Amino acid sequence: MHATRGETQAADQFPARRRWTAPAPTHGPGALAGRLAAGAVCLALVLPLAAILWRAATENPASVMGLFRLGPADLAALRFTLWQALLSALISTLLAVPVARALARRRFPGRGFVITLMGAPFLLPVIVAVLALLAVFGRGGLVNEGLTALGLPAIRIYGLHGVVLAHVFFNLPLAVRLILQGWQAIPAERFRLAAQLGLRPAGVFRLLEAPMLRATLPGTALVIFAICLSSFAVALTLGGGPAATTVELAIYQSFRFDFDLTRAAMLALIQLALVAGAALVSLRIGRPAGFGSGLDRPVTRWDADSLPLRLIDGAAIALAAAFLLVPLAVIVLNGIGGLTRLPASLWPATLNSLEVSLAATATTMALALAMALARRTWVETAGLLPLAVSGLVLGTGLFLLVLPFAAPATLALPVTVLVNTLMALPFALRILAPVAARIEAEHGRLADHLGLTGLARLRLLTLPRLRPALGFAAGLTAALAMGDLGVIALFADPQQATLPLQMHRLMGAYQMQAAQGAALVLLALSFGLFWIFDRWGRAGAEA
Amino acid sequence: MRHLAIAAGLLMATQAAAQTPELTVYTYDSLATEWGPGPVIEAEFEKTCGCDVTFVTAGDGAALLSRLRLEGARTEADVVLGLDTALMGAAAESGLFAPSGVTAEYSLPIDWTDETFVPFDWGYFAFVGLADGPRPTSFRALADSDASIVIEDPRSSTPGLGLLLWVKQAYGDEAPAIWEALADNIVTVTPGWSEAYGLFLEGEADLVLSYTTSPAYHLIAEDDAGKTALAFDEGNYMQVEVAARLASSDQPELAQQFLQFLTGEAVQSAIPTTNWMYPAVIPDAGLPEGYETLTVPTTPLLLPVAEAQAARDAALEEWRAALAK
Repeated sequence: MHATRGETQAADQFPARRRWTAPAPTHGPGALAGRLAAGAVCLALVLPLAAILWRAATENPASVMGLFRLGPADLAALRFTLWQALLSALISTLLAVPVARALARRRFPGRGFVITLMGAPFLLPVIVAVLALLAVFGRGGLVNEGLTALGLPAIRIYGLHGVVLAHVFFNLPLAVRLILQGWQAIPAERFRLAAQLGLRPAGVFRLLEAPMLRATLPGTALVIFAICLSSFAVALTLGGGPAATTVELAIYQSFRFDFDLTRAAMLALIQLALVAGAALVSLRIGRPAGFGSGLDRPVTRWDADSLPLRLIDGAAIALAAAFLLVPLAVIVLNGIGGLTRLPASLWPATLNSLEVSLAATATTMALALAMALARRTWVETAGLLPLAVSGLVLGTGLFLLVLPFAAPATLALPVTVLVNTLMALPFALRILAPVAARIEAEHGRLADHLGLTGLARLRLLTLPRLRPALGFAAGLTAALAMGDLGVIALFADPQQATLPLQMHRLMGAYQMQAAQGAALVLLALSFGLFWIFDRWGRAGAEA
Repeated sequence: MRHLAIAAGLLMATQAAAQTPELTVYTYDSLATEWGPGPVIEAEFEKTCGCDVTFVTAGDGAALLSRLRLEGARTEADVVLGLDTALMGAAAESGLFAPSGVTAEYSLPIDWTDETFVPFDWGYFAFVGLADGPRPTSFRALADSDASIVIEDPRSSTPGLGLLLWVKQAYGDEAPAIWEALADNIVTVTPGWSEAYGLFLEGEADLVLSYTTSPAYHLIAEDDAGKTALAFDEGNYMQVEVAARLASSDQPELAQQFLQFLTGEAVQSAIPTTNWMYPAVIPDAGLPEGYETLTVPTTPLLLPVAEAQAARDAALEEWRAALAK
């Protein structure tokens, strides 16, 4: 009875009930830069699509009339695509909640390392991750060996559950990091107040954690939904057959098997519409939590000190770490043997990849920062759209755009930087935007009073408080660009390979061991880049 | 900055090339790598042609053809190296290619009469497995056994398309029934050959759709005699890899010379241990040691180009319908 009354009073005192949302900037260089960036992103997505449609129309005008004709196979692909993406997003996000909560309220040696390591699966090339997962969950994998030893029936990974398992493996780390960021945004003072009021864990959850989750989860699920929407190799390989056909595979088929450009463009438009729709829904649900500001004290969680809660958190961290780390360990072990077989041609390719990665990081961060500071729904939605555009469509469209002016091979690396920038932007924006909004909500009024505007505001207020998010976003971008196979395959000549392309070429030439070595080099470099940027960001804050 | 330097370098290279004619060859990825026949082809042809050979790569044969169709008459390609019999119909329809003018004593198990496309190597599709694993002798026996297989998707891979046409030619109207019977043997369908072969090497399936020449790689390059390819009673479907010259080429004579050179000793003797396929013309020294151990199917199957082109879409729909259940 007493506790209940306490909680009610507490609720009245929490600033969440008197929310003040900073108005988005309507003028000034900040707003303009954000809108220009969003405009440029939209243009970079629309022009390639338009180029493909234009080409289809000039080649075969009649085909464009069939633009929105979907056969039963297309509808089946659409259904499967949506269903697996939805399941993958929901399961990744929900499983991430206990892991993020455990990491948010526990301090233990190696915690920082665990948090960084969580990023690794997300950065793996698809085929590497699939083979690593199979070494654990496949026919002769560790799990089945264990089950057989215990006299239990073997599991079969192929099917919808296998697809979802792989997508969770890829995306759980991202979800954990995004949600953890939400937890860390709750000021220490709120937990202290909660403790003074004698709130139980359930009360803390209802008053502090639930509003935060409501603000964070929709955006997190959205990004993962959008990534999984364009899944192709994972879905097909682990899906077990043509029942697991995704829209992306249908696009692939249109280009290669049917050479039907109209159909490819139509399917790309459908993907775009799906992500735009999902973005609008999730940005509407995920309204900001508004905890007010704190003094950046270290968080102490008096509510979570009981033994059962400690056990639960320990289990969550241990299970997630095992799920993510065992396949990674397989990649490392398999790769070591291949290191001695690496061809000399791998190193120029590695250098190309590093160049592409760093260039893409610079452009992505500039765009994402501008767009995050603009704080407008349409700008945020525009920033998410690249996730929806199939890399193949984007690459082919750019190819058609470049063709009249230059030999595509001469522009292979700049185009790769452009595409990697577009592909990483949604993640960077998803990381930066909520933090930027909170900085304005918490400190905007004071800064306004002080007449702190323009670059001075950016330098003194925004950038220092944004630093952990900037580091995380830059690390993710650099690693993604490092590992992306993407359009380079469409543009490159043999001298201009990137590391992932070289790895695929090794596989295509029976050099499986060397390919595993290359995968290890790729993993080490991606992870190294991620680690450097992420560390830089977190050096500024206790996280 | 570096890209500026590269661009400037290219500009100068282009000017220098005004004296040395350049032959641009489009080919698939693995052919132009240092393990493929690409380097040998380039070095040997440059010895005699007084020209500069440049390779431009795309993922595989189908990606090559798509790219050439996207580029149309504007393409810089003089020659394409690496289409195959399953793509020849579409390639011929595109009207992008000119007659080759090549004559050679082909050692293919079939008669080669096409005047545009020049075969440079060939192989049989086959299921490959461990020598001590299951060895069914036909599609029906495979379907009745509990052997597990990995296959490639015909929509995104050349071997996958080959398998589709294989079953179609061997079984005709019964093809859907064969696919339905095979459904429970198929562990999974991968986007391409690399993924399928990788899965097989990881032990995910007993058999993988590959080539009868795959065991040669393991035997010659890795000293591993433990892999074998299966000959089927229905016959094994063939893949013939071909080259052709572009009608829009500004180096028609050089291109023609290159096509003739492909069927010559220098290239053909390199094919078996770089591309791991049978040479289109048996080299003077015969096949390399180890090739005599390979499985040789009794019946070569290959649909005529026009029939393959006509059967493709319906066969794909049957495949999809049977396996999507």
